Amino acid sequence: MAAPADSRRGRLKVFIGMAAGVGKTYRMLLEGRAEQEAGHDVVIGLLETHGRAETARVAESLAMVPRRRVRYRDTVVEEMDLPTILRRAPELCLIDELAHANVPGTEHGKRWEDIEAVLGAGIDVLSTLNVQHLESLNDHITELSGVRVRETIPDAILGRADEVVLIDLTPEALLDRLRAGKVYPPERIDAALNNFFKIENLSALREVALRQVAEEVGARRLTTELVGSREESLAADAPQAVGERLLALVELYPGAQRLVRRAWRSAQRLGAGLDLLLVRAPGKRLSDDEQRALAALRQLASVLGARLIEEESDDVTSAIVEVASRRGTTYILLGGARPARGLARLRTPLPQRLMQRLPGVDVRIVADRSRRANGTNGTNGKAGSNGEAV
Amino acid sequence: MSAGVVVIVGCAAALVGIGAGYWLPPHGRRPARGRLTEGRRILLPFTGEEISRRSFEAAVRLAKAENATIMPAFLAQVPMSLPLETALPVQCARGMPLLEAIEQRASSQGVPVDSRVGRGRSARDALRKLLDEEHFDRIIVSADEDPRVGLSYEDLRWMLDRVPAEILILRPAPEDTRRISTETVKGHF
Repeated sequence: MAAPADSRRGRLKVFIGMAAGVGKTYRMLLEGRAEQEAGHDVVIGLLETHGRAETARVAESLAMVPRRRVRYRDTVVEEMDLPTILRRAPELCLIDELAHANVPGTEHGKRWEDIEAVLGAGIDVLSTLNVQHLESLNDHITELSGVRVRETIPDAILGRADEVVLIDLTPEALLDRLRAGKVYPPERIDAALNNFFKIENLSALREVALRQVAEEVGARRLTTELVGSREESLAADAPQAVGERLLALVELYPGAQRLVRRAWRSAQRLGAGLDLLLVRAPGKRLSDDEQRALAALRQLASVLGARLIEEESDDVTSAIVEVASRRGTTYILLGGARPARGLARLRTPLPQRLMQRLPGVDVRIVADRSRRANGTNGTNGKAGSNGEAV
Repeated sequence: MSAGVVVIVGCAAALVGIGAGYWLPPHGRRPARGRLTEGRRILLPFTGEEISRRSFEAAVRLAKAENATIMPAFLAQVPMSLPLETALPVQCARGMPLLEAIEQRASSQGVPVDSRVGRGRSARDALRKLLDEEHFDRIIVSADEDPRVGLSYEDLRWMLDRVPAEILILRPAPEDTRRISTETVKGHF
């Protein structure tokens, strides 16, 4: 059933790239201009040209909503004028820099929230985003580039976009553009080349951007196949498809680290967050071995960017269920159980209890691969880095 | 009367058997999980995606001889521009598979393994922090590690001077082309 015209939500199209200067804004403006030439009412809600003449030239033929001036502390800052855009109500609005954080005193803290309001008013939006602004990639890109990006957006925003277009450029071509003064003004070129714009940084970021868009496409295809119509799938399942969250149940013994590593790799592949849960009996004093194991787990969790949650409870199942519900867990990973003793043999095993109490959550038991049969015990002729079987 | 005694003794024996069956875990032994060798600990630090197979084999030989635990440790390096507590997923993508490979190989040879991750401004700094927190009886390092990314000769000298543990430095040898690398990890890890 078609929705009434006035309650229609606008469509969001995001141009994503590995870094500034690849041409996201330029491409957005070209599409906006093409829509205008096709007879649609198009305005620029916010444009950051960064002094690029080519970009400014493309924007000339498009109407622009002037920025408003917002006083913050002792300075005046220019921000997007959301109320004017909503009053103007164009068919299509071009809003640059999706991840921008607004100054206090505007309607929302983040530009993506402004864009949600514009979409909610039935206005289509074109926007731009650099891949390092995605929340889930923040740690990864911080390590790659040495720069912590403060302005981030939840991945679900990208998941809800109707279209995601990757604007790709080779690192060499981007560096050529930078040196030619097409990205930043001359006084900023040297600093950029010496800091962020290094070939290894750009190559890694390009790989991340390509993978991100590939995963996005995969998630969309999956939800479309599962649900049926595109609209239904995007409305209902796309956020889920990009919103996986893993919970690994750990204990204080050395093998727990293996479980954590395996869970982390799975989380990396799924683009999911990872929580580790340790449930201890209330008031139980840790032995020296256990204290060391706990310190090692904390360190491992911190290095991997996982969150270690420590709970005290006599009822392990209830503690897991509570944490999984609170954290929005979609996968639970646990190690193989110890052989039960005594009356414990009569109890339903933990995985079954979890499946009963957490319907819709996958439960995975992680094997100890070191205990595989000899044929696969590492002497199977796989080549080492120097080509020799090890 | 004697038949009654036999029946009673038989019933008692059956009850004891059933009780023992419930109480003891399968195969009549305590599970190996959680059981670490009390005592000696052998640290096997590394920084890259592979280690010399000789270092690993030396660690396994010593662990078997001394009934010790091998503690492979991945030393992650945090750039100066970032806080020390920063997550390091890119380096971990290299280090974790190698930890897994070492653990799989050592475990399959019956040697207990307890992995560690050290984090510091340099490989030496990460190692120093690890040594500040825990005691190790021996440290095995290979002198053939690429000093540009791993432990330099200066670091090895520092270890010999400062670290209160037995240091075993393996000199480079022709067979050092044999490595244990992330490619040898089993399964989908």
